[in-house]
Amino acid sequence: MSDAASATPAEVLEQTWRDPPGLWGWLSAVNHKTIAARFIYVTFGFFVAGGILALMMRLQLARPDSRLIGPDLYNQLFTMHGTTMMFLFAVPVMQAVAIWLLPLMLGTRTVAFPRMNAFAFWIFLFGGVMLFAAFLIGAGPDAGWFAYVPLANADYSPGKRIDIWGQMITFTETAALMEAIVIIVTIFKMRAPGMTLDRMPLFAWAMLVTSFIVLFAMPAVMLASTALITDRLVDTHFYDPELGGDALLWQHLFWFFGHPEVYLIFIPPLGVISAIIATFSRRPMVGYRAMVLALIATGFLSFGLWVHHMFATNLPELGKAFFTAASLMIAIPTAVQIFCWIATLWTGRLHLRTPLLFILAFFVILLAGGLTGLMLASVSLDTQLHDTYFVVAHLHYVLLGGAVFPMFGAFYYWYPKFTGRMMSERLGKWQFWLFFIGFNVTFFPMHILGLEGMPRRVYTYPDGMGWNAINLVATMGAFMIAASVLLFIVNAWRSRRRGAPAGADPWGGGTLEWRAASPPPAANFDVLPVVHGRYPLWQPAALPDRVAGIDPALREVLLTSVTAAEPDHRMLMPSPSPWPFVTALATTVLFVGSIFTPWAVVWASLPVAITATFWFWPRHSESRIRHEREVRPEVRS
Amino acid sequence: MKDEASGNDDGRSLHVGHLPTFAFGHRSPMWWGTLGLVAIEATVFALVIVAYFYLRGLADAWPLSGSLPPDLLWGTVNTVVLLLSMIPNEMARRAAERLDLRGVRTGLAWCLAFSLAFLAVRALEFTALNCAWDDDAYGSVVWMMMGLHTLHLITDTWDSAVLAVLMHTGPIDGKRFVDVSENAGYWYFVVGSWLPIYATVYFGARI
Ligand code: HEM
Ligand SMILES: [Cu+2]
Repeated sequence: MSDAASATPAEVLEQTWRDPPGLWGWLSAVNHKTIAARFIYVTFGFFVAGGILALMMRLQLARPDSRLIGPDLYNQLFTMHGTTMMFLFAVPVMQAVAIWLLPLMLGTRTVAFPRMNAFAFWIFLFGGVMLFAAFLIGAGPDAGWFAYVPLANADYSPGKRIDIWGQMITFTETAALMEAIVIIVTIFKMRAPGMTLDRMPLFAWAMLVTSFIVLFAMPAVMLASTALITDRLVDTHFYDPELGGDALLWQHLFWFFGHPEVYLIFIPPLGVISAIIATFSRRPMVGYRAMVLALIATGFLSFGLWVHHMFATNLPELGKAFFTAASLMIAIPTAVQIFCWIATLWTGRLHLRTPLLFILAFFVILLAGGLTGLMLASVSLDTQLHDTYFVVAHLHYVLLGGAVFPMFGAFYYWYPKFTGRMMSERLGKWQFWLFFIGFNVTFFPMHILGLEGMPRRVYTYPDGMGWNAINLVATMGAFMIAASVLLFIVNAWRSRRRGAPAGADPWGGGTLEWRAASPPPAANFDVLPVVHGRYPLWQPAALPDRVAGIDPALREVLLTSVTAAEPDHRMLMPSPSPWPFVTALATTVLFVGSIFTPWAVVWASLPVAITATFWFWPRHSESRIRHEREVRPEVRS
Repeated sequence: MKDEASGNDDGRSLHVGHLPTFAFGHRSPMWWGTLGLVAIEATVFALVIVAYFYLRGLADAWPLSGSLPPDLLWGTVNTVVLLLSMIPNEMARRAAERLDLRGVRTGLAWCLAFSLAFLAVRALEFTALNCAWDDDAYGSVVWMMMGLHTLHLITDTWDSAVLAVLMHTGPIDGKRFVDVSENAGYWYFVVGSWLPIYATVYFGARI
């Protein structure tokens, strides 16, 4: 730090917080923006890959009696598509965006556990790549994304396909769990001084609720798939009715996860929407507290509903009635939020830019998806429409309306922060309309197909059922969607270099991320902010407005108390390290090995333990710095 | 590095330079991280126990194939050992929060001794389950529960061992004491989660 004497604090900060150069440095990176950017690219890559699989399905279904793709490949396609979209795209993309944004929004320099964050990214990547590698060598899973037993057991699904699927699920969900912890602790402990829970941006609230759902929902699917793989590999009998097991056990465990999963996908966008609506209406959100309560209520209710996926099974009637009621109740907090948004839009001065367009479309699409959802939530209709294209239409209205439209809105909205440049508004509008129209052309007709009785998960259908024209139209719509996504990529790519320079706050937003430079420096802020309200940038300046006493030459952050965000202590964050990467490799060996032999769990846990110990082991140089600076807490009695 | 612009800043700055550089309990991010881990794993345990009773509800006889319920001896011995291990654990935790290095060292050494004891008894427990995982669904779910809990015992033993070595070799600074305190918190969870599992495995097939 000898040359630091002449450097400005901003330069020193950059030195301190940036990731080391070179390949080794690349593997050692822990800066939250570096990791999150990779995470966003990878999840978006999976979205495109999942989309290509969907296009293949739609090509096959464009004409009756088509011979393009056989039943075996088709089974793999819809399984891979569903699995990719749900596990490798929809939830992780939001976590990735949150990991990038939250420290900026909350006014801090990094996330709570930077190395764990890096580790989570690596295992997510390896898990996803493992699944696609299996698919490319012809061992893709084929039992549907919810892998119902007995279809997924060793008798009906021999070979390694389902084992790979099961391990990949456990693997990537481990990453989701770790990210949930990272997000929760970052939100609880690292907010800028003055940012009480009551002043926290709604996006942070949404991510907090989401992360809690992850904590309680994901373990169910991990347990379910672990039991599945032991059934297949070492002859346990969890799902085997011959020896006391039960196939419905799988469904219970799976939907205990699977239904909250829908809300995992749906809640983060609620935060995105609130951010975008406030900014483009030029006013604070109406009903902030009502919004927060609605988010929390949605989180709770999301656990009460899983049985509605099982109406077609023979559960007790009273139980079904209860779950129908619970399913309908979820409409209440949703309505509250929609009222708040509409009130905000109504009373604000509207700026109809691309991000807002995607949000308005969200309203339209989700309304339609919600209505068909209410239809499906009633037992009598569900038994009728179960496993027809009506369900496919419904789930895509909800998932694309709930996640993909807001996600595009989010990309347009925060792109200038991410790159320092604006995306082209003209291309953006083109993309929007192509996507909106293409989406409806693809999925609206599927409602009709469903009502006319076309079952889902069929690789072809006979001529003369009256389904031909509708299917052709749906396929054409799918290609419009593809063109639209392509346009987005072109726009994002070109704007990186050629977009208009953005400046720190191009949209006039009110939350803290707009105070940082665009793109933000490695340390996010030159001086750490102090906050006095919900929209610090829209408020008249109040003092104090900055934090002093944090050393720019060290990876030091300020920790604050959970509710009131009062300064509590300072902490040195971990430095870049290759060990999370190496540990992730070791963990991958364990998981891949366990697809073939249970002994892999035994012998590969040693390298995992050893690498994790290296990760944990402190460096003397760092410890000395810690020690020199140590200010001890008042020792408790 | 000197503090920037301290003194004449017209009250613009909130000075935090005097704050401690580490903290224990709910003030520490580590505590929250551990709590998150506990929430996840408690959910897993709760779900397995629910699965156990779900399967039991479907069965005509339980244990299924007419085998005997697990022998009580080793499981009960282990419950006692686990409960007793809370004493050195609490010693280590308190020593850590007093920043008392010697106390931490002895506390952790005792913890490790207990770890080895209950891992040994755990091995005996497996021989007294009176079922194999591949007998039937009953055996599967019992082994799943025992396996999951044993996994926790092993990882926590490893954690404590690494910490113990570290507290002897150094380097030592405030953060290490926080680690010891958090390790103790996790240990409480491992012990606490055993009680419902013990009740289920050993009495779920008796009552
Ligand atoms: C972008 C355009 C998309 C198109 C054209 C598309 C098309 C399709 C098609 C043709 C199927 C198979 C229907 C069947 O044979 O039963 C399907 C299933 C599915 N899609 Fe999509 N999809 C798209 C986007 C998404 C997104 C964004 C998600 C989730 C976030 C998603 C989630 C699912 C799920 C969960 C299934 C069910 C898979 C299964 O049955 O196992 N899709 N989609
Ligand atoms: Cu549901």
